Amino acid sequence: MLQTNLTHIENELDLQTALEGNDNVMVTCGRMGPMCIPVYDIMEGLEKKYEDVAFRDMAFDSPIATTVKGLPDARLLSSLPFIVYYKNGQVTKVTGGIQTKKQVKENLDELRQK
Amino acid sequence: MSTHYDAIILGAGPAGFTAGIYLARSKRRVLIIDQSTAGGQPIFTHKIANYPGLPEVHGYELAFALKKQAQDFGCDLETNVEITSMELTGPVKRVELDGEDVYEAPSLIVATGGMPRSLGIGSEEDFKARGISYCATCDGDFYTDKDIVVVGGGNTALEEAVSLTRYARSVTILHVLNEFQAFPQAVEEARANPKIRFIMEAEVTAFEGDERLGRVRYLDHASGEEVVLETDGVFIFIGYVPNTAPFASTLDLSPRGEILADEDMATNVAGVYVAGDVRQKRYRQLTTAVADGTIAALATIEYLDRQAANRTSNQSQSQAPIDSQDHAPTLT
Repeated sequence: MLQTNLTHIENELDLQTALEGNDNVMVTCGRMGPMCIPVYDIMEGLEKKYEDVAFRDMAFDSPIATTVKGLPDARLLSSLPFIVYYKNGQVTKVTGGIQTKKQVKENLDELRQK
Repeated sequence: MSTHYDAIILGAGPAGFTAGIYLARSKRRVLIIDQSTAGGQPIFTHKIANYPGLPEVHGYELAFALKKQAQDFGCDLETNVEITSMELTGPVKRVELDGEDVYEAPSLIVATGGMPRSLGIGSEEDFKARGISYCATCDGDFYTDKDIVVVGGGNTALEEAVSLTRYARSVTILHVLNEFQAFPQAVEEARANPKIRFIMEAEVTAFEGDERLGRVRYLDHASGEEVVLETDGVFIFIGYVPNTAPFASTLDLSPRGEILADEDMATNVAGVYVAGDVRQKRYRQLTTAVADGTIAALATIEYLDRQAANRTSNQSQSQAPIDSQDHAPTLT
């Protein structure tokens, strides 16, 4: 389990609940590493400002992470964290590697407008 | 959170936190701001072995300890915020965050550090996270039993190349010069590793591949020929560029974009000090960043004391009878 203040996705049910209960979902799949921690921090900071988005994290080495690693857009990635944006249960965007707050906000704004 | 402080520190790395610790311990109200996460360069360093008193420590552990120490002494912290405007030249320094909150202080320390230098090749952006990486600790295991390239010739490049041999089948170091800038111990350790080979005087000119990176093209300066090297991934460690763009019109910078300061870390603007890798200096180490932070904080405290003394003097002059005011000593 990741040591963050975000809601964790630890199994299939957690993921299903997040996707079925929210139109907009951002999932960051990573470890407690240098490129991942800044993204978790950004998500924690944005939770209050983006109340219509569900922010979740997922441990990269947990079994449920295969759902992210197996995405077509994620198979090409080789930098943590993998970030997946979902709209109405469907994947709309996947990014790899560290992101700035500005980049995350741009992706979230794009997600909201879909 | 209050909006008025004695000192605002831009940058939550070792220099910024050290300055914060010294200022807060002297009972000054301090706000530390970082546009990214707290910790600075140590966050990206696997292990630190040359910090006096700590024989070996994980970079993130040291970063977290610095953050906790600064907060325990009373520093306020704002991270992952965007600095949307700044006013440094007046007696009151103002920093606006996220276009919303404005913070003020009579003094400010710039400790914004640097960001990883990129090669400046268009194709570098195309393969980021798809074969090009900047963090061995984070992404090394994606390259288990693969053949990879490390670009660079400084301490980080050589140390991370050694660290990557835990995963990779082979590591090729490409360096543009004919000798390394790393310390001799780092060079020795890399040379002793049978998985590492070296190609010197090699200037990377392009990254190529289909969906993922597959090849590096470089110019061999010795022969003048362009060479194509098949690879599964590239790690780039070619140093840092100072984060000084927002200060270019206000603070004096060196031709390399570093902030110029005197030995007290004072810049050309009264009340604005500098510390750490963002300052023009020869050696950039964790220990020198911490030293800079200490000096900048002590100089800031002195500056704040002078300002307070001037205010007291001005007040007493304005309240004094006219005949005694004429004979009041001038404080400089």
